[in-house]
Amino acid sequence: MATQTKFDTQDKHRFLLNMGPQHPATHGVLRVVLEMDGEYTMGIDPILGYGHRMQEKMGESKVWPGFYPNTGRMDYVGAMPFNHGYVALIERMAGVTVPERAEYIRVITSELNRISSHLLGIGAYVLDLGAFTPILYAFDDREDILDALEDITGSRLTYCYYRAGGVSKDIDDTFIRRTRAFIENFRTRIPMYNDLVTNNIIFIKRTKDVGIITADMARRYGATGPVLRGSGIAYDIRKSEPYSVYSQFDFDIPTGENGDSLDRYNVRIHEMEQSLRIIEQALDKLPDGPVYEKPKKVKLQPGDCSFSVETARGALTYYLVGDGSETPYKLKIRVPSFSNLSLLREMCEGMLIADLVSAMGSLDLVIPEIDR
Amino acid sequence: MEQIIKFIQTYSLLRMLLAFCCLIGIIFANAIVMGYLERKIAARIQRRWGPMEVGLQGWLQMILDGVKILSKQLIVPKDANRFLFRLAPLLCFTPVAMVFVALPISRSLYGINLNIGLIYIIAMGSINVFSILIAGWSSNNKYSLFGAMRSVAQNIAYEVPILLSLLAVVLTTSTFDLQEIVKAQSGPIWFVLYPNLFVAFVIYLIAGCAETNRAPFDLPEAESELTAGYHTEYSGFAFGLFAIAEYGNLFIMASIATIMFLGGWNGPFGFLSGPVMGAIWFLSKVFILMLTMMWVRWTYPRVRFDQLMNLAWKYLIPFSLVNLLITALVVKII
Amino acid sequence: MSGYFSEIYTGGKSLLIGLGVTFRAFIKPVVTVQYPREKIDVSPNIRGHIELIKCNDIEAKHDCRVCGMCAKNCPCNCIVVEGEKQEGVKGKVLTVFTVDFTKCSLCGLCVETCSRSALRFSNEYELAGFTREEFHFDLIKRLEEK
Ligand code: SF4
Ligand code: SF4
Repeated sequence: MATQTKFDTQDKHRFLLNMGPQHPATHGVLRVVLEMDGEYTMGIDPILGYGHRMQEKMGESKVWPGFYPNTGRMDYVGAMPFNHGYVALIERMAGVTVPERAEYIRVITSELNRISSHLLGIGAYVLDLGAFTPILYAFDDREDILDALEDITGSRLTYCYYRAGGVSKDIDDTFIRRTRAFIENFRTRIPMYNDLVTNNIIFIKRTKDVGIITADMARRYGATGPVLRGSGIAYDIRKSEPYSVYSQFDFDIPTGENGDSLDRYNVRIHEMEQSLRIIEQALDKLPDGPVYEKPKKVKLQPGDCSFSVETARGALTYYLVGDGSETPYKLKIRVPSFSNLSLLREMCEGMLIADLVSAMGSLDLVIPEIDR
Repeated sequence: MEQIIKFIQTYSLLRMLLAFCCLIGIIFANAIVMGYLERKIAARIQRRWGPMEVGLQGWLQMILDGVKILSKQLIVPKDANRFLFRLAPLLCFTPVAMVFVALPISRSLYGINLNIGLIYIIAMGSINVFSILIAGWSSNNKYSLFGAMRSVAQNIAYEVPILLSLLAVVLTTSTFDLQEIVKAQSGPIWFVLYPNLFVAFVIYLIAGCAETNRAPFDLPEAESELTAGYHTEYSGFAFGLFAIAEYGNLFIMASIATIMFLGGWNGPFGFLSGPVMGAIWFLSKVFILMLTMMWVRWTYPRVRFDQLMNLAWKYLIPFSLVNLLITALVVKII
Repeated sequence: MSGYFSEIYTGGKSLLIGLGVTFRAFIKPVVTVQYPREKIDVSPNIRGHIELIKCNDIEAKHDCRVCGMCAKNCPCNCIVVEGEKQEGVKGKVLTVFTVDFTKCSLCGLCVETCSRSALRFSNEYELAGFTREEFHFDLIKRLEEK
């Protein structure tokens, strides 16, 4: 996989630096070829594909339920919304109705998963900046979520929980009790994170005005999620085209002002608080009833359909073309991290390598999701 | 017994040899103890157990790790400068051993007493930066070179505030002799309790952190940017020497702070400062300082390079200059 | 100039607060456990590899009727089910039921499609081996061993 960009080799002071695929700051198998002038990065060329697993092709070679487990394995940090997008797409295409209780459960589990993903994202980001301790505190809190979700979904990370027509298992009192306890506990933990990280002068100095993404730039590259909201655009699929039962909850979309790394970090912190609010409301309103109505044999009728959900990293869209059989004719997945990564070059040109690490970390990339 | 002591006293070469062996032993022991404490403290701060398996509370872990490191091969990368690559770890380790000679651990426990002890220690301490530069350059690795370049700039910038803050003490005592400086603090008041010297103490601690490449100033080895910085290519015992020298430097940094500001081997109010108790006082102060540095390390993110320079040139140096001026005035008036 | 000093003040304060947070964590109890020596109870709902449910009132000790739905629905093709006709027994008798755990993605489709509810997830998570073949589980044998 050679780099595509032609670097200026005439200038004697410039040299190429390979960052990745096994570099501590790229969190996975992203390779970035940098053209350096001293410690300044003059050219950036991200090279993808080290983790390519042909997820889309796999979707096209099996009957549609066979793709369930794959959805959880693209973004392994926030797998629930990936589950959600796929089952909701099938439901829309085949006109399957979902019991209301199942929708509420989907919202609760998705939001829990969003918090755990943001916790990991923030922890890993601060780790990139050189502080070891916050990521372990984040893991400590995340553990509560994983335990609760493990109890109902059976897995800790790569969930395969949603089904077209509901969810595979009902939640019980233990889960509700655990979630409520977590909400209470986590509300007291957020000030701790603020003391340790957010207000820390070194952290602020490392992130403020680093990696600025203007609103225009974010729009041009199709960035979504906290990256877009950090630039001040309050776009969130949960609000703009509410799916599931999101329209029934009262929550805000936190936005940043400058579009720098600090704003993106802050958006994540506030989003966790909003997710807590959503979960609380959903637990209060949780209706009774069945959670899974198994649909009759679903054939994917000719035609296409798409469905978007908001994952922890931004907008995820599944697009499916059916041909009347049970196997999708074409499955296309639009993942948020891919568009967010494409900002890297414009954002980071002429930066110090230390800032590059900081800016790249603030995008909260999950590489297997980009490579699929 | 008496005969042995006499024998040793007569043959100075033998005495030097003995002292040398003791020194190396102390440096290694220091690295083992500090390595263990560092891991344990980091673990407790992060609410983990840390090493637990080998020995009670895992206290043998570092010794086993040392044995493991000894048994590993030193891989010299292709196209590296083989001579310099091998020289660098030795060059890193030797000055540490040489500085230990001049540290007055108690009233009568020291290698040699120089009347310019302070200057000697500072001069030896500066050799460290050479070894990092050589290590980074000879490895033929771009990340190592980055680490080396950062380290040079950082050490030069931070030497200034260190010297300026120590000069404040020298002005007060008008001697470079470390024993004399400690003796000047044998009263109830250590130098750290003078307001102007307290400022010098804080400046010295911050600059000392940077000089020994400890977090939050560990830019030469910033692992999330430069993988491991200047020692990326090192393995086996060469790597071990770097680690030992790092803890040795930390010990030196903390003991200078103890000698200059915290009363050296003096107990509080000159209480129990005999040769043996003095050594215990001295070591406990040094260890408290080192533990504080570890606590700092496991709390903060790393600063960026230009911020590091800003901190030195915009904050530490002006403050220490003003402080030096005030100290000079105070000394003149009193 | 006042900005210069106020920055020192706020910065220094934030650093001290940070130290306070880690100090409080330092004196709090440890949260990790020393795994193989101590173990946390896992939830009974975790998904290990699949296994046949034991039912004592049938001679075969399980309820599988060799319909093959689980093997057909498995997206990873890791289930092999074979049966044969035997005299005196209605339907088929299970002779081979293996699952290749190296391929299984723990989706749960086999458990859900089984009309006889003969399958479930086991609770075993301490599985390690040196060869792939160690993970080709023979479920009938495992059932007998129980
Ligand atoms: S859990 Fe899924 S992948 Fe595993 S055997 Fe059952 S159907 Fe196949
Ligand atoms: S679906 Fe159930 S009954 Fe049918 S073969 Fe599988 S285990 Fe046996």
